[in-house]
Amino acid sequence: MDVFYVPYLAVAALVLVGLYAVIFKRNLIKIVIGITLIESGVNLFLITLGYKEGSIAPIYTASPSSIMSMPVPQALTLTSIVIGVAVLALMLTLVIHIYRHYGTLDVRKIKEDEE
Amino acid sequence: MIDFLIEHSPALIVAVPLLGAFLTPLIGKINDKVRNIFVILITLLTTSLILLMLNNFLPDATPITYVFGGGPANVGTSDAPYAIRILFEIDGMNAFMALIAGLLPLIAVIYSWGFLKDQTGQDKFYTLLLLMTAGMLGMILTGDLFNFFVFLEITSIASCALIAYRTDNKFSIQAGFKYIVISAIGALFLLFSVAIFYGQYDALNMAVIANNIKYGFLDKIALVILIAALAMKAGLAPMHMWIPDAYGRSPASVAIVLVGTTLASLYGGLRVIFTIYGKTLLDMGSTISPNIIIGFLLIALSILAIFVGVFLALKRSDFKKMIAYVAVAEIGYIFLAIGAALIRYDALKTVDSFTGEVISYGSGFYALQGGILHILNDALDIGLLLLVAGAVYFATKETSINKLGGLARNMKYTTIFFLIGFLAVSGMPPMNGFASKLLIYQSTYEVSPILGIIAILCSIMILAAFIKVFQSVFLGPEIPSLKNVREVPKSMLFAMGIIACIIIFIGLFPDFIIENLVTPAVDALHNSAGYISAITGGA
Repeated sequence: MDVFYVPYLAVAALVLVGLYAVIFKRNLIKIVIGITLIESGVNLFLITLGYKEGSIAPIYTASPSSIMSMPVPQALTLTSIVIGVAVLALMLTLVIHIYRHYGTLDVRKIKEDEE
Repeated sequence: MIDFLIEHSPALIVAVPLLGAFLTPLIGKINDKVRNIFVILITLLTTSLILLMLNNFLPDATPITYVFGGGPANVGTSDAPYAIRILFEIDGMNAFMALIAGLLPLIAVIYSWGFLKDQTGQDKFYTLLLLMTAGMLGMILTGDLFNFFVFLEITSIASCALIAYRTDNKFSIQAGFKYIVISAIGALFLLFSVAIFYGQYDALNMAVIANNIKYGFLDKIALVILIAALAMKAGLAPMHMWIPDAYGRSPASVAIVLVGTTLASLYGGLRVIFTIYGKTLLDMGSTISPNIIIGFLLIALSILAIFVGVFLALKRSDFKKMIAYVAVAEIGYIFLAIGAALIRYDALKTVDSFTGEVISYGSGFYALQGGILHILNDALDIGLLLLVAGAVYFATKETSINKLGGLARNMKYTTIFFLIGFLAVSGMPPMNGFASKLLIYQSTYEVSPILGIIAILCSIMILAAFIKVFQSVFLGPEIPSLKNVREVPKSMLFAMGIIACIIIFIGLFPDFIIENLVTPAVDALHNSAGYISAITGGA
């Protein structure tokens, strides 16, 4: 198997572990961690797509190598990271509020809104 | 001046609410009244820019591209298009959606004037509401998949904060958390499929991707992910469980804009299916062509959504949550029509090959017309009902249907608006819901009679559910604790009145709307080549 595929396996692992955490974990913090894992997986996927072996950053005019990595996925990743931070902060704020109301983070003990 | 405004209207439509959002806290320092007027002016300006754009666009209905930073959209050749720039592309479908997305926030801010009076944190409320508007309009107008993701996230973050606006209520916090988990996962999977496209076609522009799409294995994965993510954000069953919480627990003026964001996600789904995969929908190379598979999948899920929505709406005793379950069923109706249109995609219309004139329209065309008209009607009907529920809560501080009664005595106008809203949502003539639901019944009946029957029966059950609510909330004996209930402030009545007028107008003149707004949208969805060539054919 080619070494080239290793990052893609990491992407699959990160996304699947993240999904597992979101679906099966009972603790709200762990659900938040799951979402961050999915986000890391997607970011890694974007970066891997734009990478070429032995390439350099496309910012030099007199560059030693003519192979440059694609800057667009990196720009996308940067945007995605910034958005991710905002979402993470918002989720943690809500978790704090939920803890204040219920005194627990266990989803089984948080009363479902039945009405 | 007016030419400048028309030329730059696509950018200004997003820029005006965005700028307004960040100016709101500053203007809020002066006093509440000035700030409210400012916010209303901003939304009014946005809506008039949308109308200006529509006025410029609709007569010939050729797609407009607006390239940020100027210059041509396409720097490659038409064989190898290379649209690297960020651009907005407006065709009949986005123009139609932009009108809805412009109207709902305008009504919401007028309503909020009375609804939020003397509450704290209003500056933040209006800032977030305008941000949500900007995000929603951006989602609708953009011609670039990555920007779609960015605007989707802006919308989700702002709407999540607004759902959890009443932090003292534990259920609204819970609803906010549910919403952000759903939308974060949805958006991340959307980004994942954007990456799949970028890896294959080196493009983020929807038209360029649509031009190059080959419907290989990776494209199929991307299609599944995109439909799943966007249907989840649009609240299609079985991923509908966040809708009742989000609509039911957020302030009414947020809920009505949330309806708009759900529909913007639905628009994203339409854009993916009909434009990005438009070329491959009738792929006869495979054993079953994709349009049949997607069509049956959407129909199955939408029938589930309609049943879930209707039956749970009958069971609920919370006024707003009950309306939210009806909203789930209404989303089901829209998807039902889209599914029927996909199955009959090859029979949309027969065109005379010599003159190019349309000879006859197939049932797929009517299904799509019904579905798209129902997007508008859903926004108006559910929006009106949510505002009425908010008004009842405002007047009585009570949401449970069992504890309310006899409100018609003191709240005449609200009662009339509720009557209009529930007749419209259950598809009774002469309200707007009748026109779109009739188109949906007819066209789904042609796909399979059972679908048509289910659609009609469930509409009747929605009516039954609402008559129960109408009887117990507005009619019946006066409840002593509600003796001193007064009619809600004028601004709230005015906001509800605007929607009620539009509902009756569309109900009386559905042809006007169908001809001028819906048919260009249907044509735009059907004609993905037109959308593509506006970018790739050189600017």
